[in-house]
Amino acid sequence: MAVQTGKIESINGNLIGVLFDSYVRQNEVAYAVRGEERLKAEVIRIRGNKAELQVFEDTAGLKRGDRVEFTGQLLSVQVGPGLLGMTYDGLQNPLNKLADAHGVFLKRGISLPPLDGSKSWTFEPLMVEGDTVRAGDWLGWVQEGLFEHKIMVPFHFRGAYTIHSLVQKGQYKIDDTVAVLKGEDGFDHLVTMSFDWPVKLSVEAFQERLMPEEPLVIGTRAIDTFFPVVKGGTFCIPGPFGAGKTVLQHITSRHATVDIVIVAACGERAGEVVELMQEFPELIDPRTGRSLMERTIVICNTSSMPTAAREASVYTGVALGEYYRQMGLDVLVLADSTSRWAQALREMSGKLEEIPGEEAFPAYLESRIAAFYERAGVVKLNNGETGTLSIGGTVSPAGGNFEEPVTQSTLKVVGAFHGLSKARADARRFPSIDPLESWSKYQGVVDPQRVATVRAMMKSADEIRQMMTVVGEEGVSLDDFILYLKAELLDSVYLQQNAFDDVDSYCSEERQKYVFNLLSDLLVAKSAVTAKEDARSFFNQLRQAFVDWNYLAWDSDEFRAKEAEITELLASGN
Amino acid sequence: MQKIYTKIDQVSGNVIALAADDVAYGELAIVSTAQGDALAEVIRIEGDLVFLQVYSGGAGISTRDEVRFLGYGMQVSFSENLLGRIFNGAGQPLDNGPQLTDCMIEINTPSVNPACRIIPSKMIRTGIPMIDVFNTLVMSQKLPIFSIAGEPYNELLARIAMQAEVDLIVIGGMGLKYNDYLTLKQTLEDGGALGNSIFFVHTAADPVVECLLVPDMALTVAERFAVEGKNVLVLLTDMTNFADAMKEIAITMEQVPSNRGYPGDLYSQLARRYEKAVDFEGAGSVTTLGVTTMPGDDVTHPVPDNTGYITEGQYYLRDGRIDPFGSLSRLKQLVNKDSREDHRDVMDAMIRLYAQTRETLEKRAMGFKMSDWDDKLVRFGELFEAEIMDLSVNIPLEAALDRCWSICARCFDKDEVGMRSALIDKFWPAA
Repeated sequence: MAVQTGKIESINGNLIGVLFDSYVRQNEVAYAVRGEERLKAEVIRIRGNKAELQVFEDTAGLKRGDRVEFTGQLLSVQVGPGLLGMTYDGLQNPLNKLADAHGVFLKRGISLPPLDGSKSWTFEPLMVEGDTVRAGDWLGWVQEGLFEHKIMVPFHFRGAYTIHSLVQKGQYKIDDTVAVLKGEDGFDHLVTMSFDWPVKLSVEAFQERLMPEEPLVIGTRAIDTFFPVVKGGTFCIPGPFGAGKTVLQHITSRHATVDIVIVAACGERAGEVVELMQEFPELIDPRTGRSLMERTIVICNTSSMPTAAREASVYTGVALGEYYRQMGLDVLVLADSTSRWAQALREMSGKLEEIPGEEAFPAYLESRIAAFYERAGVVKLNNGETGTLSIGGTVSPAGGNFEEPVTQSTLKVVGAFHGLSKARADARRFPSIDPLESWSKYQGVVDPQRVATVRAMMKSADEIRQMMTVVGEEGVSLDDFILYLKAELLDSVYLQQNAFDDVDSYCSEERQKYVFNLLSDLLVAKSAVTAKEDARSFFNQLRQAFVDWNYLAWDSDEFRAKEAEITELLASGN
Repeated sequence: MQKIYTKIDQVSGNVIALAADDVAYGELAIVSTAQGDALAEVIRIEGDLVFLQVYSGGAGISTRDEVRFLGYGMQVSFSENLLGRIFNGAGQPLDNGPQLTDCMIEINTPSVNPACRIIPSKMIRTGIPMIDVFNTLVMSQKLPIFSIAGEPYNELLARIAMQAEVDLIVIGGMGLKYNDYLTLKQTLEDGGALGNSIFFVHTAADPVVECLLVPDMALTVAERFAVEGKNVLVLLTDMTNFADAMKEIAITMEQVPSNRGYPGDLYSQLARRYEKAVDFEGAGSVTTLGVTTMPGDDVTHPVPDNTGYITEGQYYLRDGRIDPFGSLSRLKQLVNKDSREDHRDVMDAMIRLYAQTRETLEKRAMGFKMSDWDDKLVRFGELFEAEIMDLSVNIPLEAALDRCWSICARCFDKDEVGMRSALIDKFWPAA
């Protein structure tokens, strides 16, 4: 195929104007060529015979008249076995291989294939010759670490195909042909174990979308009990700096009860990704007994890496997520932070001289955010199996104020809102999820009736707390004071959780149900104490006992012993 | 063969435009004006029109001045000869030394591959107890000092520069008052640290474009020394002036402002500089301390706010002291477990007691009766502020920890400080 070309006419930061010779396609990938260097770019606007491209790398040194080659392809990811455990940049360059080949600095204009083409996989067919297949159907599988990685009919195949030939069980590389499909057009189509898929197109190769209902347990009590998320659902975590967004994301990526976690570190500190990259291979996933990295893919476009690739990085993450969802797996994509992505949109919009919206964000910010989160969901695949894709994004609102465009646009489309509070973080109450402001539209693992009762109680207790700051403890009644103490107890032993303790950092579904039932009974029970001082000391003892209990392994002897102690204590107080 | 252009089409603010061909984006040019030669950088190409930002400003440029393109981007000389020298934002010497032209390196270096970064593990001792004990500075960390305009932040930087255990210091001054620059220089000279320092200084009266270059100059040089095995400390004062210079230029260039007039890429621009902080495996490191003055003591102002999202903690300078409550070194956990066994416990206990002191003082101000315990706390607070918090205190970490024990012993009984018995037995000073 002849390559379409053009010449650079204007340069403004990473926006270049290109006079093209014949035709271009909106959003296609092009390369600006300067000597040996090939700088990747994407067409973002076409006017007359001039196309405007955002370049994913630094443009210094480019000249007017430099050659631009258009590929005709949209920005894509390569999918196939070997993605798990990898660390990619926003454009799916493998960072470890880049380091081996080119040293510590990310030189521009260099890209490497995302998948290892030399590795052999054992392919086993799931279909036979003569079967009729459509896009997304499973032709066979290879073992990728823990998972049966399905080799599928590429998602861009339209209509029905007949399997003309399918290879036997054996060793194949990702570029080997494993099947030949005869289309309705009468032509043969070759299928290998990998193909490219455009990151901004959602995969539609399934029967229908279903209602997300199954809880996605994270092991963080404040989330699972009060503001739960579900498989196929969406949630967002806005919070000011220092409120613990990233720690919460790390905890989630570690414990979430899904098959695969894709972390898209978008425009944040490099140091935090480094911790993840170095710790995950060492950490053992208790549910599988294997290294956590085996179920993780890291997409890493940190704050000092080129801005334009930030937008690509969140889409790269979600496109890989959809790919694994098509295998009938549960996938969670975590984007930290979507605000940096929105800022990248704003920078480019400014360069295009578009009319700015609120805080200079482009008018299409809201629809882009909505389209991104809408890619989450539960799908019924062609063969009746289900796969889920869940998306969680952090938001970094300017000044910690949630009344800003990115937070507000996100809140409109997500199913759960975990708002982090500066006041709670300052008081070292972690996780700093605000128990009064946050919400979730999903149903969690514990009895919703109990949760509603406890939430109502927390609300009144907060009113009492505010009153006490004015009138002092003396100014409130004994009953109100006890209610306040109960809410404090709930906060310190249930909402708060030690993210760095081996036991307490993960609270299983079973344990949450058990402890919450016990605790909520206690909270609604009438208390027999008659003096505020007694009440305070009673609740202090209870708190100490519950905190100790949190650090004991579920259902261990120590756990049972502590529980007996608590029951005794309760009996003495009531 | 260099072409010389003699027809400038536009002069607007610091930006000039002329028709020229074969010019690269980011390339430097020399504009020969009646006042002398001025450096300019290509910031936009639009057809045959090339836009240049003149570092020394557009004032006095004539439409018939000569423009010569140099064929390379902004560079800085890199060698051991830099040590002890002082330059302006454009890399010209401000002292009486010679212009350096050997081994020129581009200032626009690519970012470090995250896969090559290592988890930081070494502490930098500064001799300032509020840093060493309570919010330890870690090699390769990036930390801002949040301060209001009148606080002695430059004095603090100068002290850190003189006392920090690093191989060399690179100081980037942006929008410095001339007197502050002189004081800073004098302090380092008196302290004998000037020979290990490199200055890039932009004073308040210098052309605003040069202000933008200062952090890049300083960090490029620092990064290069780090690659060659040196542990470098970069001090940047004041990053708010840097952000304001970006704002000024963005607005003259008719860019759409985003928040309080700052350009939309403020976060990315600040991050690109702060993220230069790095620890190279098997080589040196870059540690960055920046000053961010907070207009109106408002931490939600766009500059401190964006900075907080980028950096690994912050030091709050308030009332001439590093405030123990707002300040945070996010990396301290990585190093304070290996310094001395009582480090973390002393840190926690002292802060807890000082927090109680603050509450007691509020109580006293409201006229409540003071108990014995309250009196003890008040005395503790006074000693803590005078012997530990005061910025002039200059003792090593171990002496500072001992001094904390001594303060506790002078104010409290053993069981009142809430520390582990094993530590008390070992460290509690004999009467």
